[in-house]
Amino acid sequence: MSASTPFALLANATSMPWAEVPAWPVAGFIDATAAELSRGARLCAMFGVPAGAGVQLVAVLAFDTDSILAVGSSTPCSGTFPSLTARHAQAHLFEREIWEQHGLTPDGHPWLKPVRRTAGNAPANGEFFRVAGGEIHEVAVGPVHAGIIEPGHFRFQCAGEEVLHLEIALGYQHRGIEEALSGGPHRATLIQMETIAGDTTLAHATAHATLMEALAASEAPLRAQWLRAIALELERLANHTGDLGALANDVAFLPTASACGKLRGDFLNLTSLLCGNRFGRGLVQPGGCRHDLEPARAAEMLDRLAPVLADTAQAIGWLWDSASVRARFENVGTVSAAQASEIGLVGPAARACGLVRDVRYDHASGWHRFAQAPVTVWPGGDVFARARVRSLEIQRCGEFLGEQLKAPPAGGLRGELAPAAPTRWPWRSSRAGGAKCATWP
Amino acid sequence: MFIHDTLIHRLKRGCETMAYPKGPAPALPDRHGGALHVDAAQCGDDCRACVPLCPTGAITREFGQAVGLDLGRCVFCAACVDGCPQQAITRTGDHRMAVRHRDDLVLGAPGHQQVRLAAALDAKLLKLFGRSLRLRQVSAGGCNACEADTNVLGTIGWDLGRFGIQFVASPRHADGLLITGPVSKAMELALLKTYEAVPAPKIVIAVGACAIAGGPFVGHPQVNDGAAAVVPVDLYIPGCPPHPLTILDGLLRLLDRLEIARQT
Repeated sequence: MSASTPFALLANATSMPWAEVPAWPVAGFIDATAAELSRGARLCAMFGVPAGAGVQLVAVLAFDTDSILAVGSSTPCSGTFPSLTARHAQAHLFEREIWEQHGLTPDGHPWLKPVRRTAGNAPANGEFFRVAGGEIHEVAVGPVHAGIIEPGHFRFQCAGEEVLHLEIALGYQHRGIEEALSGGPHRATLIQMETIAGDTTLAHATAHATLMEALAASEAPLRAQWLRAIALELERLANHTGDLGALANDVAFLPTASACGKLRGDFLNLTSLLCGNRFGRGLVQPGGCRHDLEPARAAEMLDRLAPVLADTAQAIGWLWDSASVRARFENVGTVSAAQASEIGLVGPAARACGLVRDVRYDHASGWHRFAQAPVTVWPGGDVFARARVRSLEIQRCGEFLGEQLKAPPAGGLRGELAPAAPTRWPWRSSRAGGAKCATWP
Repeated sequence: MFIHDTLIHRLKRGCETMAYPKGPAPALPDRHGGALHVDAAQCGDDCRACVPLCPTGAITREFGQAVGLDLGRCVFCAACVDGCPQQAITRTGDHRMAVRHRDDLVLGAPGHQQVRLAAALDAKLLKLFGRSLRLRQVSAGGCNACEADTNVLGTIGWDLGRFGIQFVASPRHADGLLITGPVSKAMELALLKTYEAVPAPKIVIAVGACAIAGGPFVGHPQVNDGAAAVVPVDLYIPGCPPHPLTILDGLLRLLDRLEIARQT
């Protein structure tokens, strides 16, 4: 970001007055956003804010290498607006949501269909794309799955073993969380944030708490920030271990699958050592944390962590030794770095395409401003790369926890949280990728 | 090489499945707290201190009546335990919470200080399912925490298969459903069709605050406030999510397997 931008700049986990967000007439706003994306910005979010009879569109951009976010908006508009998706594919889902929530039509959107609209007692899914041909077969999966997993419907278009196309509909999960946020925070808000996705309870709760703190122009005490960082890394360990077990299971390699199933539970039990709940419910609260990690508890955690990490390393090691696994991981489901950039990929999936994108590093907030974890990147973009990134992150995560558990900062766990300033506008970019929260007057 | 290593590893580790239910149950984490106990006699006159603390509105107190705590709706945050000036609501540390009837989860009335634990299925169903129960799991808008703690029962540590209980990939192969999530409107049709596809006689198990009462999403127009609004429920297992031990206890209680395990 060598040149200046007309967007307002904002650091992660901070807030700014809503009145200072620049606004353009909608066509100019789309042009300005497209221009920033063309010179390397990433679209974090794009959404509508009701303004009188119209809707203001808002775009939040990330300049990852400059560790800065940028925000801009349109003046109130209605009817149609020129589609950004036609120029930048990463806007496609945001524009579908704007269309669904506010009735604004993105003119020129190549594939407009509902995100989570419900029709009666089922989602209002659009027509699924079909590949024609005598050799083609279609496989429909879900919304009730063979395993134990959240609902979603998948349509595969296959030619023999080759999957030509996959279309995903996820509206089955719609519980009205975003709608319930307005006028909040309510007494159910925190538990609703924690249950957006159970396996990322801590990431979502931390995003919510950080946002509330940013609105109140305050911060949680350092010890609470440290504790959140530890809990978040435990969550990462559990999820990566579970994912690697699932990858192994999906290529019918059962030794790693069954070992990782148990090891994931061992990591979840370490989270429950911290707060009683295996998913970290109730640990993070706006203003701080509810439970402390006393020296004896930290020592127990360190003791229990070491053998689980060793077992995990061993179970994952079997994957790389097995020719049958490598043959099914390598050159499968490849996403190039250019494609990853184009669709705005983040998280381990982006890092497995060789992109250096890690919110702990690019947009460090909380404890990660003081204690950095190295960014784990693996080129290739295939299933093998995605497995490698996870296994390397498990190692680094273990090292990070080993260091941090031995060096707790002193101080309290909870600070006074002033009431949120009503005209401020916060931003929190979450490591969970999905947790992007914003409130407005 | 890896085959050799894998086998050596397995031999070294031995059996990793827990001794429960023949042996003692594994301890809950010290901060878990287990089921709640309500002693309404302790409540101050007209004290309603706990009512606004509950994030899901699980606690009610009508004027002149005893306090009522609905453990089905409870997310076990313990805000009421910390906020009660009389210590009328306490944590028992007990993992056992599964019940057969929705009312058995409502605490507070005289004689109802604790949950009324589930009785086994009747003799006819027990004969059919007692030694072999095949379940189809339906996540009806769950957040994946209940799903994860149900899944973990299939891992080597818990080994649900040793009780003859198994999750199957088709409702046609199933004896019943295990439902998680508040039953979003978008999942209502899918749940109904799955239920209809299970051959009779069949049972339904609701796991977690969402599936029992809507949990954190109770009252949202996008959800049904639990499975019972759509299908008849035979077993309720509360929690957010329930600890795997609580789920296992519920399943074994329903199949009368806890007694059998202790006798052998």
